[in-house]
Amino acid sequence: MTQTVGCSPAAIDIEQLGFDAGAHLLVKHALAGLAVGGQLRVIGQGQGWQAQLAHWCRAQGHALAWEGETALVTRGSAQAGRWRGAAATGHADPKAHGAVHDQAEPGWGLAARGAQVEAGSPSFAFRLDRKEEVWCDNAADLYAQAVAAQWNPDTALDWAVVFTHPPEIEEAVRQVMTYMVENENAALLVPARFLGQIHPHYREMQAALAIQLADEARHIDVFTRRIRKGENEPALSTAGGQASLKTLLDEPDFSMASFLLAVQGEGSFVHLLQFLAEYGPDVLTRQMCRLAARDEARHVALGMSHLLYRLQQEPALRDRLVRAMEQRHEGLSGTAGLNEEVFDALILIGAGGLSPQQITQGFVRVQALVQDMAGGRMARLVRLGFDRTEAERLAQLHTRNFM
Amino acid sequence: MSPSPFMLGAVAYAPKVVTIWEGFKAWLGERGFAMDYILYSNYEVQVQAQFKGDIAFAWNSPLAWVRADRMARVRGEKVRSLVMRDTDQDLQSVLVVKADSPLKGLADLRGKAVGFGAIDSPQATLIPLDHLQHQGDLVAGRDYDARRFDVLGGKHGDHIGGERDAALAMLRGEVAASWMIAGNYQAFAQEGTLPAGGTRVLATTGLFDHCTLTVSPGVDAVVADRLGELLLSMDWNDAQVRPLLELEGLREWRVGRTSGWALLERAATEQGFYDANGGLLASGYRY
Repeated sequence: MTQTVGCSPAAIDIEQLGFDAGAHLLVKHALAGLAVGGQLRVIGQGQGWQAQLAHWCRAQGHALAWEGETALVTRGSAQAGRWRGAAATGHADPKAHGAVHDQAEPGWGLAARGAQVEAGSPSFAFRLDRKEEVWCDNAADLYAQAVAAQWNPDTALDWAVVFTHPPEIEEAVRQVMTYMVENENAALLVPARFLGQIHPHYREMQAALAIQLADEARHIDVFTRRIRKGENEPALSTAGGQASLKTLLDEPDFSMASFLLAVQGEGSFVHLLQFLAEYGPDVLTRQMCRLAARDEARHVALGMSHLLYRLQQEPALRDRLVRAMEQRHEGLSGTAGLNEEVFDALILIGAGGLSPQQITQGFVRVQALVQDMAGGRMARLVRLGFDRTEAERLAQLHTRNFM
Repeated sequence: MSPSPFMLGAVAYAPKVVTIWEGFKAWLGERGFAMDYILYSNYEVQVQAQFKGDIAFAWNSPLAWVRADRMARVRGEKVRSLVMRDTDQDLQSVLVVKADSPLKGLADLRGKAVGFGAIDSPQATLIPLDHLQHQGDLVAGRDYDARRFDVLGGKHGDHIGGERDAALAMLRGEVAASWMIAGNYQAFAQEGTLPAGGTRVLATTGLFDHCTLTVSPGVDAVVADRLGELLLSMDWNDAQVRPLLELEGLREWRVGRTSGWALLERAATEQGFYDANGGLLASGYRY
């Protein structure tokens, strides 16, 4: 293509290029430099190019006249008209001024944040479309950390290990792994349900939750494979345990669910995983629990960051969080006592054998675990701005499922 | 009670036709013009319906316009071209050959096979036949072998399948050249049917007009004028209207004209499709 600049009107030569091979791009590009009503001269050498140019101009709403063998294209207003009233949707970089809006509009739909969205685009019903409901400033960082910390169970874990521990300890591992799969199912489904409701404008949270789901799926997989490595099926699932987890799935508010998961559920789960990473009877169990604990700590950090952000916007939320914790505790007061199967299994794992001395040691270790869990809950509550006395009281309101 | 709507006929050549006319019905209704529509499976029955009082308006193919015009004249009546799309005016068809084809001009088509669209396609059959006859003194059957690619008779070539089949036959070497409307030449390249730069244009027809919203005989001119005014007021810049215009394939409506069908008028007669009264002549025409 040759282009003449400086004289009016502008002119291009499409040479031999046909409209079956992209000639329209040359015309389009040249017209883009003109105002609506501006004129462009087009000449070409290919056979029959005139009818093809005429079709393209007609379809695009540009007027076309002929001066001998030269086409005179007048830029139409259709393209400009399409973008009249287009919506600005913030900026891709969340740190830029005005990047992330307090309210995301339904008509922005699936557009990338920062894109210009044509007026008349369809409305999407994203329930979570307010920044304060879903945002935290470090979601992008936590997502990047998660991407960097992904691990492949086939290479990160030693599946060839030969178990040398007694069968009753293996039985305890099977029970605890069964319980952990159940908890991870909740940890996968709770964010999954919110993920589909978050407006894509808040893509950093969307991404952080998406990779969290991948983490949970991997945990469910490795815990299940650990059970099968012992040539067994999963063990027992209690009604009380499931009732406790069901309260997490029943929570419709993203912040409340984050609170219940981060402060109680996954927060306590990290301690459990660390316990198993230390006292697990075999290297495979210890490896997988250490890696899973690292993932879960990230999930807790995301939930805590969101809560800190939301509490900053809406301090009154703190009272609702207290009520949610109390209600959850009361709601579960009618269920069976402490999850005996899991509690006893943990003692056995902590013990490593069935001698009275070993059992005593296991019992002491589980007592320490329970204290660590409560201490962690309290630390997180204090970090969220609760005073120490109230945090101490609330930290004791853990459910009978530990979590 | 709301007044009886004015009925509009359209041919259901694709599922989107329902969306288009539902959209226009709603848009016109919001502006106080009660319109409803009837879908026909082919243009021949739709044109006949215009003379039975079934429909006040018909979205007609150019060939359907030719027939309606002839049927009106023989009855001492009149049909009117109310509005057209900007994309209906001054169209051209092209005869496409492979880039390495030895053919240089129309004379080289003697003794060759040429691909056409459906039997009732103005752009891919009737006007091309006319072009070869008048610009190249070539008559199908006498000077060259006309291969028709019939898809959906009665749709007057609205379905582009025939043109695509003809293009594919040209690429396979079954015909030396194939006809298609210029817009489809680009569309077939974009969808990958025609390899980029793998073909060239051997001939281009004269200008012709395409569809028109036709007013049936006897319809109150005030009513027709009102419909015309409303459609002409549709603004591409209006985000609510734009999707409808895009679906129907236009940027703006133009006042209807009758000057752009001369080539088709001649072709319909000389190629033996309709008689002077709009009667059907074409043998092998199934719809």
